[in-house]
Amino acid sequence: MKENLDSNWLGNKEEDEIYRDNIIDHFKNPRNYGEIVEAEIKHSELNSICGDMIRLFVKLKEGKVEDVKFKGNGCAISMAATSMMTEILKEKTLDEIKNLKKEDIFEMLGIELGVVRMKCGLLCLDTLMKGIEQMEGKYGIKN
Amino acid sequence: MNNNNIKNHALNVVEIRKDFSILNKKINGKQLIYLDNAATSLTPEPVIGAMNEYYGDYNANVHRSIHYIGEKATKEYEDAHKKVADFINADFEEIIFTRGTTESLNALAYSLTNDLKEGDEIVLSEMEHHSNLVPWQQLAKNKKVKVRYIRINKDFELDMNHAKELINKKTKIISVTHVSNVLGTINPVKDIGRLAKDVGAIFIIDSAQGIPHLKVDVKDIDCDFLCFSGHKMLGPTGIGVLYGKKKMLEKLNPFLFGGEMIKEVNFEDSKWNDLPWKFEAGTPNIAGGIGLGAAVDYLKKIGMENIRAYEENLVNYAFRRLNEAGLKIYCAKNPNKMSSVLTFKVDGMHAHDVAALLDRNGIAIRAGHMCAMPLVNKVLNEPALCRVSLCFYNTIEEIDSLIDGIKKAREVFQIE
Repeated sequence: MKENLDSNWLGNKEEDEIYRDNIIDHFKNPRNYGEIVEAEIKHSELNSICGDMIRLFVKLKEGKVEDVKFKGNGCAISMAATSMMTEILKEKTLDEIKNLKKEDIFEMLGIELGVVRMKCGLLCLDTLMKGIEQMEGKYGIKN
Repeated sequence: MNNNNIKNHALNVVEIRKDFSILNKKINGKQLIYLDNAATSLTPEPVIGAMNEYYGDYNANVHRSIHYIGEKATKEYEDAHKKVADFINADFEEIIFTRGTTESLNALAYSLTNDLKEGDEIVLSEMEHHSNLVPWQQLAKNKKVKVRYIRINKDFELDMNHAKELINKKTKIISVTHVSNVLGTINPVKDIGRLAKDVGAIFIIDSAQGIPHLKVDVKDIDCDFLCFSGHKMLGPTGIGVLYGKKKMLEKLNPFLFGGEMIKEVNFEDSKWNDLPWKFEAGTPNIAGGIGLGAAVDYLKKIGMENIRAYEENLVNYAFRRLNEAGLKIYCAKNPNKMSSVLTFKVDGMHAHDVAALLDRNGIAIRAGHMCAMPLVNKVLNEPALCRVSLCFYNTIEEIDSLIDGIKKAREVFQIE
């Protein structure tokens, strides 16, 4: 039986592997790594369990994502998830990115995460959502 | 098991390991290799047995009931204090049971800072665990007292010249760790004690990582207070010790009020109980205390000198192997100043990924900031590190498995 408590579970089946090649690839070669000086969304979040830190920059133009970059330091899961998320954000509208769900992140990662590593995988989404909230507060935009 | 290796020591590790049933457990289909002893040590059968016996045979409250099991519980609980006192060469009245090191240090911070005034200084070190940093930092903020930190040098030892510069007439409290839970450095506590005495400061030692590995004699060290936890020295969680010199404890006001700690209560005022009970308000953690006493018995039976000799050999071997593997190790370079902790970094991998991949081989290590964020993030300048911490039931073969595990982890991350 699969123990969900065990976040690092490696079963005999290939689908149980969390350190898949695509995850390692995104960790070692993060996409959209860097900064955007003039970005509407600029936000940092920390996952104190792992010490993962992400700073996300999103530049919007006419309600659409024009550019995304991130900087960070963290485990392979948190960094790969953020790198992958930046890829899917581009060209999306603000409303579309606001509707991103954690299931979208899991689907993108293609792996199942235990309770502990879940926080690593979802840090990117958390940073994005808090960044949007902060921007809306700053510009007085209401839903 | 390499028997030749064990024969060189007074320790029979093969026999000792039989007392720790958890060592037979399989994790992810692999034999558990427990290298996270600085977080908590494993619990041997005699300690579990002593606590079970209390609940199974004489489960009663202490210091009140005049019936057989009540007296038996009182005797065993008091005996546990005596065992701890003997273990560190203290007197019975000087041993207060608390929930652990954190509670002991917090209790001191609350009680001692009442006498501090603006401009006074508290001296800690850069290598403190959060439990010996946050209580002082927060109380200092309220009292407008300054906290100063003794620097560490390039050998990951305390910079004693800096200590001499920092400690002056304004210094009222000096509280330092005996052994760093990150660097494993054994600090020169006697020397720091002398500096404290020169300026009349109260000297406190956080020995959470010292007591389980070194022979500690509070009279020889000559500290005012010494704090440690049961669960890092083979005892249960939820029990710890605050040692205080008798004359210091007599002056100190109780930090918890209620039952047990009083001699006489009137509507207007109360009189405090004798030491050590003056500081143990409420029904204590009786089973925990008895378990701690059994842990002391266990350690004494093996002998702290034997433990130190065995662990010194083991940690040196681990250091050599990690070093050969090309890893950066953050620990004292002088083997005499090195305890059973090795903190290291695997380039190209985050510490949590290293720990997660080792876990697949049943190897338990710690990854992160080890509850010493200022040290790890600001002084060592790392977001997270890996830590291996050893105990006398660990073996050379387990270190070899660790090295293999790190090699496999690097392969997953395609590191040459």
